[in-house]
Amino acid sequence: MKNVLILFAHPRFEKSKTNRALLAGVDKLEGVTLNDLYEQYPDFNIDIEREQELLVRHDVIIWHYPLYMYSAPALLKQWMDLVLEYGWAHGSRGNVLKDKIVLNALTAGGARASYAANQINRFTLREFLVPFEQTATLCKMIYLPPFVVHGTHLLSDQQLAEYVTLFHKLLGRLAMGGLPLASIRNYDYLNDWLLTDHG
Amino acid sequence: MNGIFLYDALIYLTAAVVFVPIAKKLGMGSVLGYLLGGIIIGPFFLGFVGEEGKDIMHFAEFGVVIMLFLIGLELEPATLWRMRKLILGTGAFQMGATTLLCFAALFLAGFSWQAALAAGLALAMSSTAIVTQTLREKALTKTEAGISSFAVLLFQDISVIPILALLPLLAVSGAHEPSGGDSSWMAGMTGWAQTAILLVAANAVVLAGRFVLVPFLRFIARIRLRELFTAAALLIVIATADLMTLVGLSPALGTFLAGVVLANSEFRHELESDIEPFKGILLGLFFIAVGASINFKLMIDNPLQIMVLVCGVIAVKSLVLYVTGKIARLSFDQNMIFTLGLGQVGEFAFVLFAFIAQLQILSTKWTDMMMGATAISMTITPLLLLINERLILPHFGTKESVETKSHDDITGGNAVIIAGFGHFGSTIGRFLRANGITATILDNDSDRVEILRKMGFTVFYGDATRLDILKSAGADEAKALIAAIDSPEINLELIDRVRKEFPKLEVMVRAKNRMDAYDLLDIGIEDIYRESLDTSVRLGVDVLIKLGFRKYSATRAGQNFIKYDEAALRKLAAHRHDREAYLFNTREQIALQEQLLANDREVSPNVHDDAWDGERRES
Repeated sequence: MKNVLILFAHPRFEKSKTNRALLAGVDKLEGVTLNDLYEQYPDFNIDIEREQELLVRHDVIIWHYPLYMYSAPALLKQWMDLVLEYGWAHGSRGNVLKDKIVLNALTAGGARASYAANQINRFTLREFLVPFEQTATLCKMIYLPPFVVHGTHLLSDQQLAEYVTLFHKLLGRLAMGGLPLASIRNYDYLNDWLLTDHG
Repeated sequence: MNGIFLYDALIYLTAAVVFVPIAKKLGMGSVLGYLLGGIIIGPFFLGFVGEEGKDIMHFAEFGVVIMLFLIGLELEPATLWRMRKLILGTGAFQMGATTLLCFAALFLAGFSWQAALAAGLALAMSSTAIVTQTLREKALTKTEAGISSFAVLLFQDISVIPILALLPLLAVSGAHEPSGGDSSWMAGMTGWAQTAILLVAANAVVLAGRFVLVPFLRFIARIRLRELFTAAALLIVIATADLMTLVGLSPALGTFLAGVVLANSEFRHELESDIEPFKGILLGLFFIAVGASINFKLMIDNPLQIMVLVCGVIAVKSLVLYVTGKIARLSFDQNMIFTLGLGQVGEFAFVLFAFIAQLQILSTKWTDMMMGATAISMTITPLLLLINERLILPHFGTKESVETKSHDDITGGNAVIIAGFGHFGSTIGRFLRANGITATILDNDSDRVEILRKMGFTVFYGDATRLDILKSAGADEAKALIAAIDSPEINLELIDRVRKEFPKLEVMVRAKNRMDAYDLLDIGIEDIYRESLDTSVRLGVDVLIKLGFRKYSATRAGQNFIKYDEAALRKLAAHRHDREAYLFNTREQIALQEQLLANDREVSPNVHDDAWDGERRES
């Protein structure tokens, strides 16, 4: 049994249909903690001690946010800058996060196909997420492919419900532990792995 | 002697402890409780005290003496100057008109003109003790009615000096035999000589205050012994009172003057906080004594005369006061409070009538009657105010509840109730309204209520601690109640009531300061908002910025400081009862500041802010 921490950053959560659907009831799931950063730190004054304690108590960390201008909302960046301290999360003596699993769960307005070299967004989503990937590596964590909900503006209720089921399945698998890490890392998105996974 | 004193103290204190809570529970205010207690322990009912007759008054008058000293202390020349028009205008009109009407009535009733004039002057006095106490309890001191009342009372208090000086001139035959071996050496002199002595004595107190008392207090303060300062303060009051009695003058007057003189010294606040507790108790004793001194036998013997006297005096005074209020442009509600509040004859009348009797301007029988009427009128005042609050104003004045436009909207129906709409509460109300949340407002200033209603607010007028008003404001359905009343005592009372009657309602409380916050923490309130925290820190942050700090760093420092201070508040709250002695106001504040400053040094919250510290990271 693993403990999963969702670090959720959304400055306008009340207006986000998709994220509200994804997160409804997740904190009731066994082993899952929801840390709503904008609700916790409306003044951006992050309690570093509290956040580090939370990290210590969990095995899987999820950065969950809507993609704004190809990155996370400001507070999540603030969180990374402040909480992942040198000598604690990285550096030769910073080994607290070593071998914990980390991944991005994000929602994006654009379709998956638009994130490609010859398309409007010019880069793949994985390329945009390189800073997160490298941060994870610096902190000696295990970085997994992202879970992505694309085209949020055009989702039908049916499609949204499917995403919600898929996300909850992901949380369940993460909490269960014993993931086939090597094979998962070959997928572009965790969505792809989840759809082929029959475990 | 000792035994008698202890026995008296026992009776008086028991009466206070028994009757004041009962009166408070019945919503009558402490003054009425004291008075009732006095009547019941008095010679007419239980007879525990009072065979000595005037002895009680003598003992209790000391409460008035101390009160006047404190009133004097509060009289900063600057305040006086700012209020000069109000004091002179309303005060002089009230005194003049009341005296004139009483004089005319008594003269027509067959009294000599001297007696009528003397009695008229005495009857024009209202009771500073009752009015200030009542207004403070109802948190009305800062309303128009409160300010006007204060002005009128002030004028009366000050005019006691010339009246006392004038009375000897009214003595019928110029010189008198001292009535019944009076010990004061002044009694045997001519009217002019007495007048002169009075003026000299008043000036002597002023001069002595300037050149003796202030240096004396400086000397005492340097010794740095807390109880010695209290002792010195009491000594000043008692000595002044005693000296004045010795020359045959009103001790209350002397201490009032001493207070005025010391108001300008640096010891003003120190004296106030040292003497305040004595004042409360002694004033209570005074009210008890007034109750006990009501001579029911006299009333039974001359029921008609007393009734006519009491009703007549209150009617005349109220009429004049109402006109005064009209001239001062008070609204109906405010004017009713002003009129009925000041409608009684005050404690100075006791002093004046005693002097009048001594000068034999009026026969002893009549001065006794007048004093009886005075005591009764004082007892009636709280009742009249109660009737005004519960019966008159709800029907004729600003309505307590809002006329509802439709029936399905019977209660305020708002999720938020704000009790107290002064500067603090109104900012909250405006902010909520700007965000589309209408709050129901409770306030006891009728003028403000009028304006707010015109602006479209849902406002309930009246005492927010009253259950029926809370109910009609919708406390049953509301989600949150904001206790933003200026007076911490009333705020506490409100919270107490709300938590008992509406346990589901979230209570969010304005705290004046740290001391207040402690009291609130003690009773288990979590949502406490100290007036003196956020704004001060914000200013501090701006200071840092002006000194060259980067704005974001300064802002973070401010945020961290508030967080740290809130935590410290809760930590220190738990320890504060450990201290061996309970310290009063200012001293407690200073002790607390010291403790805080020491704490700050130990855990400076901002020195450890290493966020984004690249230098350190690379090193």
